[in-house]
Amino acid sequence: MRTISAEKIRNTVRDLCIRANLDLRKDVLRVLKISLRKEKNKRAKNILQAIIENAAVARKEKLAICQDTGMPCVFVEIGSNVKVAGDLKGAVNKGVEAGYRKGFFRNSVVKDPLSRGKSGYGPAVIHIDIVPGNKLKLVVLPKGFGCENKAQLKMFKPTADLSEVKKFIIDTVKAAGPDACPPYVVGVGIGGTADYACLLAKKALLRRLSGYPVIRLSGIRKLERDLSNEINKLNIGPMGLGGKSTCLAVNIMTHSTHIAGLPVAVNISCHALRSATSEI
Amino acid sequence: MQNLKAGDRLFFSGTIYTARDQAHKRLVEAIKKGQRLPIDLKGAVIYYCGPTQTPKGKIIGSCGPTTSARMDEFTPILMKAGLRGMIGKGNRSPEAIRAIKKYGGVYFLIYAGCGALLAKYVKKAKPVAYKDLGPEAIYKLEVKDFPLIVGIDVKGGNIYDKK
Repeated sequence: MRTISAEKIRNTVRDLCIRANLDLRKDVLRVLKISLRKEKNKRAKNILQAIIENAAVARKEKLAICQDTGMPCVFVEIGSNVKVAGDLKGAVNKGVEAGYRKGFFRNSVVKDPLSRGKSGYGPAVIHIDIVPGNKLKLVVLPKGFGCENKAQLKMFKPTADLSEVKKFIIDTVKAAGPDACPPYVVGVGIGGTADYACLLAKKALLRRLSGYPVIRLSGIRKLERDLSNEINKLNIGPMGLGGKSTCLAVNIMTHSTHIAGLPVAVNISCHALRSATSEI
Repeated sequence: MQNLKAGDRLFFSGTIYTARDQAHKRLVEAIKKGQRLPIDLKGAVIYYCGPTQTPKGKIIGSCGPTTSARMDEFTPILMKAGLRGMIGKGNRSPEAIRAIKKYGGVYFLIYAGCGALLAKYVKKAKPVAYKDLGPEAIYKLEVKDFPLIVGIDVKGGNIYDKK
């Protein structure tokens, strides 16, 4: 058994919150630059340039990439041979608060969803999973709500065509339109149950963006690329002002499901898809 | 403002006020009760923005626009009270657009998701009302060369209709 202290977890989460909010993911930046190169629309090009410049300013000036530093979502994978000395969730939440305070990020979380009240830094949404091994993996995803508000779930019939599923995903992007800061990263969860499909859609955002190299793809990877191509024909574009840069990528995760159903969830991320990972 | 057309780019220098969901709700409640407002709305420009905390040594934190559509239901009342300019991201509802046309206002767009970059254009920032709302308080900002795009003009011309 390997023991990891709550303090170590707290400090790691604190550092991850800062890294995620200041340092745009390299894969996201890379695909943004590819989009800029491919984009023909002048206004779209100008906006993409501003987005890329913003990432540089954020890193240099230590200012949050976006003022919406999000609802902190934290994914914890604990190796089955790891013992956490202390309160794990408490440590994560303390780490979030410490990171957000240190980074001067926004206190965007209200304790009670109905009575609202004064906003603070947490508690975060925490997902805990147990995996084989003796490591502990932490991922911080600060999720802005402009895009989180555009998430959708649909329970299809098991006999639904793939074309119906594709239409739902594309319609979800259309419904987000200019509001959720395109170009988007579209996370899709297919299968499982209603709740699990939503979790998969969120987790899909954590997967590295590929930028779709021109090679023969099959199965889910092909579906991702086909959807991405169709979405980029919607002419939503950066800020919704037109152009072919409507999505940076479509990431799909699947899980086995019941004979009676086909859950499909879509979780959209703005272009400022932020996350940071560390393994202890 | 009268000559601006949807799609025009401009660099705005002057005073603007931040206000988002909760500040809008309070302003409208105050108007309905006939109370004195904490800011002068006559000819004012509101920026739909809730900045991060201000880091030490900086004028303001990250300060990009939030989704304007959430403020649509409050817009006609605020415009009736004198509001003339709004800065945000995304399209507006038909009722908000009608109000913009009726009162001769302009809705501007600004780079969305670029809060760090936009902080550079803010020369002064001071919370002036509803400070208990934290990031949703009303800040008075002095901006220089704020890079705007005209979204909806005085005649109701809309950038989203003609892209």
